[in-house]
Amino acid sequence: MRITVTVDGTGYTDEVEPRTLLVHHLREKLGKTGTVVGCDTSNCGACTVHLNGQSVKSCSVLAVQADGCEVTTVEGLARDGQLHPVQQAFRDNHALQCGFCTPGMIMQSIDLLADNPDPDEEAVREGLEGNLCRCTGYQNIVRAVRDAAGHMRPGAGPEAEQVSDAERTTTGVGGDA
Amino acid sequence: MIPAPFDYVAPSTVDEAVRALADAGEDAKVLAGGQSLLPVLRMRLAAPTTVVDLGKIGELKGVRDEGDAVVIGAMTTHYDVQRDPLVHDHALLLARATDTVADPQVRHRGTFGGSLAHADPAGDLLAPALALDAEMVVQGTGGRRTVSAAEFFQDFFTTSLAPEDILVEVRVPKHTGWSAHYEKFNRVAQAWSMVAVAATVRAEGGTIAEARIGLTNMASIPVRATAVEQALVGRSADAETIRAAAEHAAEGTSPTVDGNADVEYRQHLAKVLTGRAVESAMAG
Ligand SMILES: Cc1cc2nc3c(=O)[nH]c(=O)nc-3n(C[C@H](O)[C@H](O)[C@H](O)COP(=O)(O)OP(=O)(O)OC[C@H]3O[C@@H](n4cnc5c(N)ncnc54)[C@H](O)[C@@H]3O)c2cc1C
Ligand code: FES
Ligand code: FES
Repeated sequence: MRITVTVDGTGYTDEVEPRTLLVHHLREKLGKTGTVVGCDTSNCGACTVHLNGQSVKSCSVLAVQADGCEVTTVEGLARDGQLHPVQQAFRDNHALQCGFCTPGMIMQSIDLLADNPDPDEEAVREGLEGNLCRCTGYQNIVRAVRDAAGHMRPGAGPEAEQVSDAERTTTGVGGDA
Repeated sequence: MIPAPFDYVAPSTVDEAVRALADAGEDAKVLAGGQSLLPVLRMRLAAPTTVVDLGKIGELKGVRDEGDAVVIGAMTTHYDVQRDPLVHDHALLLARATDTVADPQVRHRGTFGGSLAHADPAGDLLAPALALDAEMVVQGTGGRRTVSAAEFFQDFFTTSLAPEDILVEVRVPKHTGWSAHYEKFNRVAQAWSMVAVAATVRAEGGTIAEARIGLTNMASIPVRATAVEQALVGRSADAETIRAAAEHAAEGTSPTVDGNADVEYRQHLAKVLTGRAVESAMAG
């Protein structure tokens, strides 16, 4: 099937098998390897991306379901060489060790802050319920999200990161057409 | 893992979807939010030949007011149910239970209709649907029909839906002003209920005028704790009444045994959680 998906501001049109999972399309076809796969059961959240402005587990969405949609991955967050405030806060607060859960944690944290710009500790833990970390014990992740909240404009969430039509390019490297 | 190959169709109306299912035969599968189906396909526990995606059918999404009922489209996501003002005003129990389902990412995709059609005995929306006397509007090759929640759930992962049937929407009779609570017991890293209790009550002054109690994962299908309901109605909502009523919660239940809990433990949980659910519901 032929699908067109806008990923991190660039449109890609490709031929995909219906059974292709969005995460595999992103990684293997489009080279967006920043998004990772951590489990087979939809539990770990490592594969979290934003689909039309909402966080989803990209291992639990078919690529064909994303046809005509806008996807943002962890690779699309930095602006002009500047890390996104949530990325910066993860770095500043030592919120990662091996880093495998980090792309998903960051994408879900941004979604959480869009719904709740000033979450208390419990709200952060609930908002990150679908993301598992094997290393950190979560303490510094919670600290990083609360720190990021202090540095972000309210509402600077998935919607703000959507790219305007003028900025969008139509064909990206890695796309078939 | 990657699912086995299948043909994919994404019809834009319910009529087309029913036809696509009928044409594809027994091995076709409906795809809603995919939050239960895609993990199953990834693990190759199922390998349908055709997948019929309901995602492009606008008429299946959203909540509307229909006089004495709130009507929830099958493809309304958990996220949208949680935030819907009609659901809050007239079926609060459903909003409370949906708050406990899975995690934010899964709630963005997973749907109310998908949860009911999937009929996992640990699913959190079955007992609330039963407690609120919800009715399922189903469309098949013979047209539309309405099925009560009590008839809809038949066994583990089994409903009265035929292979070519689509759950279109769910009519929830209005329970306006009823207070509600969903008390769930689960392991931290796994949101699934070992046992949970759905309680909604209508109080008049300090007296319980009406009560509905549904139990999650106390059988292969959701069950009503009618003995508890009877022990509450007409009484003042004090701690002693609630404690005594909750003692009836496990009556007549024969829950399954799994790695999480045996029968005795589940029956104990049912009583304790019923007490907590009613108490929290009464507290507002
Ligand atoms: C990590 C994780 C944790 C979860 N935790 C919980 C939890 O705590 N509590 C809980 O209740 N659920 C939980 N779920 C399940 C979640 O609620 C799913 O959204 C739900 O079970 C299925 O809804 P869906 O829309 O994703 O359906 P799908 O996965 O698309 O479909 C499920 C089944 O129903 C059928 N179906 C779907 N819609 C229709 C329809 N309209 N008509 C006919 N057939 C239909 C499909 O053919 C399929 O067999 C969890 C899921 C995951 C991945
Ligand atoms: S890879 Fe684990 S949830 Fe997607
Ligand atoms: S930093 Fe290693 S899994 Fe989270």
